[in-house]
Amino acid sequence: MRVIAAMSGGVDSAVAAARAVDAGHDVTGVHLALSRNPRSYRTGARGCCSIEDAGDARRAADELGIPFYVWDMSEEFADEVVDDFIAEYTAGRTPNPCLRCNEKIKFAAVLDRALALGFDAVATGHYAQLRTADDGTIEMHRAIDMGKDQSYVLGVLTQDQLAHSLFPLGDTTKDVIRAEAAARGIQVAQKPDSHDICFIPDGDNAGWLGDKLGAKPGTIVDEAGAVVGEHEGSYAFTIGQRRGLRLGIPADDGKPRFVLDIEPVSGTVTVGPREHLSVDFLEAIKPLWCGAAPTESLECTVQLRAHGEEHRATVVVEGADVRVELHDPASGIAPGQACVIYDGTRVVGSATISRTERRVTA
Amino acid sequence: MVPEAIAVMAEELARTGNASSLHASGRAARRTVEEARELIAERFGARPSEVVFCSGGTEANNLAIKGLYWSRQAQDPSRNRVVFSSIEHHALLDPVTWLAKHEGAEIDMTPVDGAGRIVVDELRASVAADPSRVAAITTMWANNEMGTVQPIAEVVDIARTYDIPVHSDAVQAAGYLPLDFTASGLDAMTITAHKLGGPVGVGALLIRRDVEPTPLLHGGGQERDLRSGTIGVALIAAFAKAVDITVGRQDETVDRIEKLRQRLIDGIRNVVPDAIVNGDQLPGPDHRLPNIAHVTFPGCEGDAMLMLLDAQGIECSTGSACDAGVPQPSHVLLAMGYDDVAARGSLRFSLGHTSTEADVDALIAALPAVHERAKRAHLVRSGS
Repeated sequence: MRVIAAMSGGVDSAVAAARAVDAGHDVTGVHLALSRNPRSYRTGARGCCSIEDAGDARRAADELGIPFYVWDMSEEFADEVVDDFIAEYTAGRTPNPCLRCNEKIKFAAVLDRALALGFDAVATGHYAQLRTADDGTIEMHRAIDMGKDQSYVLGVLTQDQLAHSLFPLGDTTKDVIRAEAAARGIQVAQKPDSHDICFIPDGDNAGWLGDKLGAKPGTIVDEAGAVVGEHEGSYAFTIGQRRGLRLGIPADDGKPRFVLDIEPVSGTVTVGPREHLSVDFLEAIKPLWCGAAPTESLECTVQLRAHGEEHRATVVVEGADVRVELHDPASGIAPGQACVIYDGTRVVGSATISRTERRVTA
Repeated sequence: MVPEAIAVMAEELARTGNASSLHASGRAARRTVEEARELIAERFGARPSEVVFCSGGTEANNLAIKGLYWSRQAQDPSRNRVVFSSIEHHALLDPVTWLAKHEGAEIDMTPVDGAGRIVVDELRASVAADPSRVAAITTMWANNEMGTVQPIAEVVDIARTYDIPVHSDAVQAAGYLPLDFTASGLDAMTITAHKLGGPVGVGALLIRRDVEPTPLLHGGGQERDLRSGTIGVALIAAFAKAVDITVGRQDETVDRIEKLRQRLIDGIRNVVPDAIVNGDQLPGPDHRLPNIAHVTFPGCEGDAMLMLLDAQGIECSTGSACDAGVPQPSHVLLAMGYDDVAARGSLRFSLGHTSTEADVDALIAALPAVHERAKRAHLVRSGS
């Protein structure tokens, strides 16, 4: 196959490209330029869009002896990922930009371009496994390294996208990948993993959003509606957040309080005790199924945030609406996050959480 | 590099001797350098003392424009205007914009017409508006992306009228167009070795004796005190050998490459009828370089075509790329009035001394499939 290896400059995508070469594919390395202003690329090795990263990707491609190009996806990234991130926070939701980037950029804009140019597939350094079922359906499963598993952020991929995807790392643990990178002479073998949102340089989401959106002062209230503090913008808060609330009035019981609800129109942020973060039911919209959509209620597990735990659940699908009953409650679940549905290790699909509910105990 | 220049360079690298030393091996090295200087001077219509060796085109341009700006300012602080063209190579554009940013220069960019040639009347009007404050004028001899030859004689004429120093970056023109420094009337002219079949890392500023730019580098006082630094004997000897050979067979090369270019353009038009060949299409030293064909492929992405051609061993260029490798739309095309999309849908094919008919035919054979795919990539991107 003719394969585009998306190379971020990190160790994982470099080894993924190397493995694609070993598998006998005709591989071309591509680094995605995602920043609107390439000259101002931040430096450092923490994200995926610095000049150093582009250089590291180029050097890895050199070592593998494959052609290498930079594709400018900055407009698509700004429109589909950054603007969406801002809009979601503005609406009081908590988006996952990595998932969005996979859905709209890596396995859409990049894949479409690759196919148009005569390539057959895109290979990435994501940790997930693809298997072909007896009926020819391509299944995505969790990586064997559960600590690195990224099937959650890939849960948005459809059959068509999966049919043109390669994840060469899913059957290997990270420490083995690092050792393999070192053995292959790839310079970035010891480069630290990236965790932050790549377009927010210092990891200060609230500060970054504040710069983009300006101050939008509002109040922080308790569940009874009493004002307990003020803030400069509700977008700085995420459900389940405890730090940085700067509440002037302590809780009656003296226990820490958490963000329970964000009402973006009035800018009201509601806080309360940890127990009230508990979620037993949730509704999700805009489902994307890896294969056929489930037709009847499904006993399965769901994952509600990246690197989050699995919850046993019953899922009922009615058209574009997904209702999830959690058998064990989750905590601090925010609308906007993805609910990825698993059958064992297999990804069934993904939907965006629109509403959460707590079981009312008598 | 031309093989003879490689041989000379290898030979010189094996010899010991600092060209500034007084002992025998120093004198021998000095002799090599001076003979190289004489040869290069002769080939470009300059006097030997007008040849100042440096590291290449970028340094020569920096020395010319910053050096002239500083020395003219020192004579009269009110002289802070720099008049230059909107299609200069970054090696000239960036030092000029640096002067604007850090030294208070007022920069005046002369527009170009649709063929990529500066509008002389605009340049004249710009200078005439306040000639006493113009520190220097600079216009490249031939544009590197489009190949369009600039009206240097007229630019020099304007400069002479007001007694303003005038420089030209002739890096692209050398080896393809007849260049006579003295006859041109220029005060300074940039050439570089690697465009002439010589090594990367050496070039020269041809500069009249009575013009004294402030040096960029201070040190041992080599090269008329304009460019300090131990003289790179082997580089300079190889430079001279390359100039001798390349300029010596220039007429023959131009004739051959002009035919190859025609073959290329005919082939492209045959395969892609809506392809647009940019710049001045008339041949000859007043019109364009013989070795560049700049083509717009409507509805295509240039960088996709570049990648697909590259995969077949055919190398061409789009505009330039930033430090991270992101293709940028060319400022030259934008100055010529192209929009961003057209600028991104263009490719530059450069023919060289070693290009053959077989190379051109290979490109034409690869083009239909490449064009088709690049067109699809563009459609995918524009969401159609």
